[in-house]
Amino acid sequence: MRRIVIWLASTVTIVVLLFGYHTSTNKTSPAAATSDASTPATSSESSRPNTSPPSKITTYTGSVAQTRWGPVQVKITVQGGKITNVTVLQQPDGNQRDAEINSQALPILIDETVKAQSANIDMVSGATVTSDGYVRSLQAALDEAGI
Amino acid sequence: MSTASIDGRADGGIRRRVEHVMGMPISLALRGRHTSSLAAERAWDAVINRLHEMDLIFSTYRDDSIINRLDRGELMIEECPPEVAEVLALGEQAEQLSGGAFSINLPTADGRRRLDPSGVVKGWAVQQAAQFLTPLDDTDFCLSAGGDMVCHVASDERPAWRIGIEHPHDPRTLIAVVPIRSGAVATSGTTHRGAHLIDPRTGRPPSGVASVTVIEASLTWADIDATAAYVQGADAERWLRSRPVRGALIVWADGATTTLPADFTTNNN
Repeated sequence: MRRIVIWLASTVTIVVLLFGYHTSTNKTSPAAATSDASTPATSSESSRPNTSPPSKITTYTGSVAQTRWGPVQVKITVQGGKITNVTVLQQPDGNQRDAEINSQALPILIDETVKAQSANIDMVSGATVTSDGYVRSLQAALDEAGI
Repeated sequence: MSTASIDGRADGGIRRRVEHVMGMPISLALRGRHTSSLAAERAWDAVINRLHEMDLIFSTYRDDSIINRLDRGELMIEECPPEVAEVLALGEQAEQLSGGAFSINLPTADGRRRLDPSGVVKGWAVQQAAQFLTPLDDTDFCLSAGGDMVCHVASDERPAWRIGIEHPHDPRTLIAVVPIRSGAVATSGTTHRGAHLIDPRTGRPPSGVASVTVIEASLTWADIDATAAYVQGADAERWLRSRPVRGALIVWADGATTTLPADFTTNNN
């Protein structure tokens, strides 16, 4: 079942990437309400189209993707060029749930324990590293690489 | 360069700095316009100076720190710098929110309670110090204090910071990656320091949980929430659901994981 986890997480991530990357609630984007026309999947529905400019809300429903675990389908709400909500319409176990994707801040599980060099990371978060323990930490390896 | 492969983005124009303050490594990564400019150097100096100042006030390891003198009754709160009242207020708020799982009055071996706001100070101080980096125009930063960090991306043209989450059972490996554009990541656990985190209500370390990672807008609360969740052991998930977290990862003692808020991704584990 772990692989489903990875698959779903990466699906959402890919969709988010294609749609202009982030949805920070801290950051108000002035005007620029043009939502990306090149949607990754078929833009089969568009509720509340072209209302008052700065906060146009558009929803896109992705096509149903068949996976070995069952069909998966997501719906995305875009406002001001940013994704504000992702709804999972179909997933392998048949439940329908909302997932608020906020600032892309979902931890994406790594399928198996991987070394830092293959994960392409910028910083490491972990249980507090003291100065003594630092020399053996992944963060130390990263810092060393960038100085 | 042999180390370049460790950071797969060594060519991404990231400049890194490290200094040790408050007994822990402070790491800064800068990307964008100001990575090596005078403005960047001054901002880094200001960050480190600020953290040194906070250490002088709040270190429980320094006999003459303001916080230890306050604990011994040598000072009144009114005589302390205003930051002390601010930190104590945060600690009080956290204790109430967590039903006592988080406290800055920790039980000691002799049965009394000792004032130790360290659980508040770190995240709060780093969040404060990060203010010196935000004026660097068109510059992204990631400021980490011993594994808890504040991230900021100034340009839509550049990707999110990618934060690797240490595997609590094997800290040389990662269990997850979190992409962060603007916000804070804090992880609580005992991987590096042994059982230093205790439940103030029982005086004992929690069981059932290996680490808790919390993503929130501010490191002040991300750090508090990660600690408070960790200390609650098996109740970590339930409690985090009551908090305004953007995302969270709980690694249980048996290696199973729970991801918030997208619990649908893991409920088949």
